[in-house]
Amino acid sequence: MLADEAAKVVRHSAAGPGYRFLVLCAPRIAAALVPGQFVHVKVPGLEASALRRPFSVFDADAESGEVTVMYKIVGRGTEALARVAEGDEVRVMGALGRGFPLTCKGAPLLVGGGYGVAPLHFLAKRMVRDAREGCGRPVLFVGGRTKDDLLAVDRFEALGVEVRTATNDGSAGVKGFVTAPLDETLAELRQSGERFELFTCGPDGLLKAVADRALAAGMPGWISMDRHMVCGVGACFACIQKIRMPNGDVSNARCCVNGPVFAAADIVWDG
Amino acid sequence: MEASEVDLKVDLGGLAMRTPVATASGTFGYGLEYVGAIDYLRLGAVTAKGVRLGPWPGNPMPRHVEVLGGLVNAIGLQGPGVDAFLAHYVTQYVRTVGSACGAENVPPLIVNIWGGSIDEYAEFAKRLDAAAAASPSSPVKAIEMNVSCPNVKSGGHTFGQDPAVLAKVVAAVRAATRLPLVVKLAPNVPDVSPYVAACEESGADALALINTIPAMVIDVETRRPVLGNVTGGLSGRCVHPVAVKAVWDAYRVTKLPILAMGGVYEPRDAVELMLAGATAVAVGTATFSDPTTAERVADGIAAYCARHGFQCVRDIVGAAHPKEKTT
Repeated sequence: MLADEAAKVVRHSAAGPGYRFLVLCAPRIAAALVPGQFVHVKVPGLEASALRRPFSVFDADAESGEVTVMYKIVGRGTEALARVAEGDEVRVMGALGRGFPLTCKGAPLLVGGGYGVAPLHFLAKRMVRDAREGCGRPVLFVGGRTKDDLLAVDRFEALGVEVRTATNDGSAGVKGFVTAPLDETLAELRQSGERFELFTCGPDGLLKAVADRALAAGMPGWISMDRHMVCGVGACFACIQKIRMPNGDVSNARCCVNGPVFAAADIVWDG
Repeated sequence: MEASEVDLKVDLGGLAMRTPVATASGTFGYGLEYVGAIDYLRLGAVTAKGVRLGPWPGNPMPRHVEVLGGLVNAIGLQGPGVDAFLAHYVTQYVRTVGSACGAENVPPLIVNIWGGSIDEYAEFAKRLDAAAAASPSSPVKAIEMNVSCPNVKSGGHTFGQDPAVLAKVVAAVRAATRLPLVVKLAPNVPDVSPYVAACEESGADALALINTIPAMVIDVETRRPVLGNVTGGLSGRCVHPVAVKAVWDAYRVTKLPILAMGGVYEPRDAVELMLAGATAVAVGTATFSDPTTAERVADGIAAYCARHGFQCVRDIVGAAHPKEKTT
């Protein structure tokens, strides 16, 4: 379902130092979104010809019609977006891209870096709500440079999700990368022989580390790519990711329509 | 006069368009990606993304960078090749767009082609001609030859940089197809006249102006070019005056109808290009920020005509030129 809605800003609040939650009323898009999909936002305050900005969906609720995105203020687009006020109108296009599969068998291990936790929150919420047979309760592994980059931990905990944290400077959780607590859990699962699936979003280094672990364990890994995008709908071919096709050929897939979520086994990493 | 009473139909070298507004190649995928977000009924034609005979991977990432008032891209004409294009994308276009606006209202498809040799261009044109002839319901109604893409070194623009070579490739494609043939030219030439003449003499039915303008961006922090291809092509609002001049210059020296593109964001941008001599316009980069641009522009052209007492949109084509046209 593709719609371009004029959405009212319902709430716009801090999600951490330099991070924001933006809640939009976009009923058609909210009803269609699945975890891992994204929305394409026309930022008010930028020149009218400016490109839209893609954002992962933190939460979507069909009943209230609300779509929540979480973003970090990193450039002139997000700086302008940060000035949007409640009641303002924002054009938003969605529901875009291919999200996470909701067919997890075993323990869902969610691994987020920084604001990469956004789509994992929507995923965790759906997993808890649907409580599918065979799918365990999600566990979140979240990393950041400092404790200020550990976002929305309370929102995950409110869902009943166990959260394990790591920071580079040791200001919260384990000191080091989020792969440290993840590897502890993976070792336990290897012992017990329990099935699991990995779901991740964050910086490319983290994505590759998680993909490698999924492949090494022979378990499914679902990798959400964060790429600059232009059209958001597959029309321009600007946001490509090298993918191995079933016949072994390497193909330039479009992150916006063939992703942003890819199977770990399909990704061909550059460099 | 009401805007709804204005006759918006135009004929672009044999391609019948219900409005003078098309989408520009490379900005509208294979025509079906925006279903749900736009009204196809107000599109006069859809131009598909450039395809060559075989599959082509395109350029390395990054493929685009936003600049103030524009976009520099170096996608590099990634495409599936003619077989997959016809079997998959054209079929999907008919099905998806047809279900959105009615099978009888699917906009005609202009297929943008490029190649690494004159033979490749001609072979592709032959395939399209056969596909169009095989089924009267085929949406393939015209060919746009890309001889001016700045982003692919092995083909494309090399054919558009020398009028003698251009004449040969256009003549070869002309001989291979009965479909209306549009040749898309580059703006970065000192004088467009010899290129226009080469197209006209070689049997082109229409011209398309302009392609993107060669450009590049350097990241001052890393001291490296931003684009994977190093250089790219500039499009967007900032190129509009360049397009107006290119169309103006071409109109003065040809009777061929012109499809104009370059920074069309608002109806007045399209009207300006038509006054300069364009029979129709295409919306490109503007679709990315507002997918409804093309339909807004079509409505706005009608409103302009009504406001100025033009019963028929064809009456504004070239209207900014002195009455004694020099052809």
